[in-house]
Amino acid sequence: MAQAVPAEQKWWSGGKSPFNVEYGKLMMWYFLMSDAFTFGAFLISYGTIRFSSNSWPDPNEVFQSFPGLGSGLPLMFVSLMTFILIISSVTMVLAVQAGHAMDKKGVVRNLVLTIIGGIAFLSCQAWEWTHMFHEGAWWGSNPFLNIDGTKASTNFTNFFFTITGFHGFHVFSGVIINIIMLIMTLNNVFEQRGHYLMIEKAGLYWHFVDLVWVFVFTVFYLV
Amino acid sequence: MSHEVNMHGQSEVITTHEVHHDEHHGHHHKETFITKYIFSQDHKMIAKQFLVTGIIWAIIGGLFSVLFRLQLGFPNETFPFLETILGKWAEGGKLNPEFYYALTTMHGTVLVFFVLTAGLSGTFSNFLIPLQVGARDMASPFMNMLSFWFFFAASIIMIASLFVQTGPASGGWTSYPPLSALGDASEGSKIGMDLWLIAMALFVVNSLLGSLNYISTILNMRTKGMSMTRVPLTIWALLFTAVLGVLSFPVLLSGFILLLFDRHAGTSFYLSDIFLASTQKALPNEGGSAILYQHLFWFLGHPEVYIIILPTMGLVSDVMSANARKPIFGYMAMVGSMFAIAVLAFLVWAHHMFVTGLNPFLGAFFVLLTLLIAVPSAIKVFNWLTTLWKGNLRFTPGMLFSIGFVSLFISGGLTGIFLGNSTLDIHLHDTYFVIAHFHIVMGVSAFFGMFAGLYHWFPKMFGRFMNNTLAYIHFWITLVGAYLIFWPMHYQGLAGVPRRYLDFSGWASFNQFDGLNRFISIVTIIVFAVQLLFVFNFFYSMFKGRRVRTQNPWGATSLEWTTPINPGHGNWEGEIPEVHRWAYDYGKDGREFIPQTEPVGANETPEGKH
Repeated sequence: MAQAVPAEQKWWSGGKSPFNVEYGKLMMWYFLMSDAFTFGAFLISYGTIRFSSNSWPDPNEVFQSFPGLGSGLPLMFVSLMTFILIISSVTMVLAVQAGHAMDKKGVVRNLVLTIIGGIAFLSCQAWEWTHMFHEGAWWGSNPFLNIDGTKASTNFTNFFFTITGFHGFHVFSGVIINIIMLIMTLNNVFEQRGHYLMIEKAGLYWHFVDLVWVFVFTVFYLV
Repeated sequence: MSHEVNMHGQSEVITTHEVHHDEHHGHHHKETFITKYIFSQDHKMIAKQFLVTGIIWAIIGGLFSVLFRLQLGFPNETFPFLETILGKWAEGGKLNPEFYYALTTMHGTVLVFFVLTAGLSGTFSNFLIPLQVGARDMASPFMNMLSFWFFFAASIIMIASLFVQTGPASGGWTSYPPLSALGDASEGSKIGMDLWLIAMALFVVNSLLGSLNYISTILNMRTKGMSMTRVPLTIWALLFTAVLGVLSFPVLLSGFILLLFDRHAGTSFYLSDIFLASTQKALPNEGGSAILYQHLFWFLGHPEVYIIILPTMGLVSDVMSANARKPIFGYMAMVGSMFAIAVLAFLVWAHHMFVTGLNPFLGAFFVLLTLLIAVPSAIKVFNWLTTLWKGNLRFTPGMLFSIGFVSLFISGGLTGIFLGNSTLDIHLHDTYFVIAHFHIVMGVSAFFGMFAGLYHWFPKMFGRFMNNTLAYIHFWITLVGAYLIFWPMHYQGLAGVPRRYLDFSGWASFNQFDGLNRFISIVTIIVFAVQLLFVFNFFYSMFKGRRVRTQNPWGATSLEWTTPINPGHGNWEGEIPEVHRWAYDYGKDGREFIPQTEPVGANETPEGKH
């Protein structure tokens, strides 16, 4: 019964999707809006507390180490992390595009690359957390001084670990989702279905997680 | 199976029912007891699951209010039976002060979230959306089932918190820190608070899964001809409710996550400069803001009251129009005002915080935006009144509760104008005036809307009618009782009687209200007993009620009455009917009603004209 509907037909009069999408994609978009509000609440809370504080640690001082290269390299490592995540978004786009072309091999290749990117990002985050932990930073303890030399409140580390942790949890979920997509692709589930829409929905989620990182990166490392 | 992808990688437009067909296989598969009644994916059964769970919660939450009203009405009496059922929480037959707070906290939490959000939206969104837009089920029946089970898990944890040694959460349904953040601050801030937070987090997941489904079903799965301006107002109301839920609950979740860290990870998101009397210790926390929590909480908390009231506004509009045998007055104005309410819902949260140290300059904007809500609310009220005007009213129980809803919504709404003014709020905040206001405008009136919906759609749910005599007793005693309980509280509030106090006997200026308090408590007990009568009527009628013999017992126009009397999984046998007109063609061209499925006749008065 699947039938093409002429373009001039009214989109909202019922009997079809007004956005020309199936319900899963619509749900994903609404879920992402919802999740954006979760992150928005976190980041606005962070901003509120930060701007009500007299002073705040300098990110260039805090984030200046690179594994194997020692310290004195402000924001180098996080730039690498960001680069990895953005590249993984590119490979995700390629996977979605391969899906449109019903190119199973392309989907598999690019999904594998995306998964590797995600795991690489998580590993980088694990290293950064461990490194900071050894410097004495954790929830409820902050060894870093304010930029003006005064003792800082613990809220710098409190927010850092909570929000990057929450983002990391999203990346982790994304990796799991992508692995499931990979298994489904390898089992020819999408070939049999005749479309790779699921990859597209996983892609939406993955891009959202990347986009959130851009904000997290900006407010924790740059500002 | 149905999606075909063309050369350009764009999936073709497909009929939405086909998409749905991928998910399950209509009404052909065999059902066992477990798939039919427990892990059901049929939206009608899930609705009933929400309803029955909601009813159980309503009895628990209502009983809590009876218990603390006993204390407030009879502060000098002892009730030995309380010790029998509550043990150490009511030693000597008097409520322990800690437990009094726990009761008020759980009364609020249970009724606001578990009854009037999940019990109300969960029931009617699930039941009515597919039936009224003409779909075989929800967009994702599986997610719909998950939504109920998250609610169920939340319920179990919340119930469990009643039985822990230190008692359930007792910091008020808003759970403001620092009280809620510090386990040492009170008994209820210990494990009870953690269970409360975990249950509420699961509740947020339930709400999200449900709302995503409601939105995509309404947008994507309307039957042919069912344009957005033809759907019953219930559908619009449930759509706005779902959107509010999707956008406001996540902010609450963020707030709760930060609170959990403050409780267990030594963070200071909400804490700063605290000396704790119970342990005689100054806490190291520094730099946090307790007001931040209030912002995060009320960013949900205010939309939440519209999540409660909007569905009932929709239900009432439909029940009223069907029983006035007249089209709803001002359909587009109704939709517009619900949209306005949904937008304003996000812009008024700080009116709950006028006296918490908010900048008065900021408060001024919130006063303005708050008072603006009076405009769409008034439009809706006038539309309901003009729907009744010169109607051919049938006083069915559903209709009576609808009229009662409008009465209560007016009475409670007017006091909102007092409270929305930040200057008046300095005197009125945290008094019984606030209690009276929100109980009438969103508590009792939402219950009235829900009862209207239940009496009206009960025949569709169970294929039987509820008993009318019991329903009339239920209505009149509840209506009169609601006013008798909450009307006097306005006077108490204006006189300055503060809320959340266990005992006023040491407060000479409030002794004049002793008799009034006793009166309120007695009425509360009577009204509660009448609700049990409703519960009896509900379950009795489910099995023994008068059978529905005709497909459309109320002579209503909307699609749910074109299904078989006891619709199976899939709702319609054969094709889903096509829709040719809006849902309010009552009393048109000399006919009492014209169903939505009837094509527009050649000589018919044009749509929307009367």
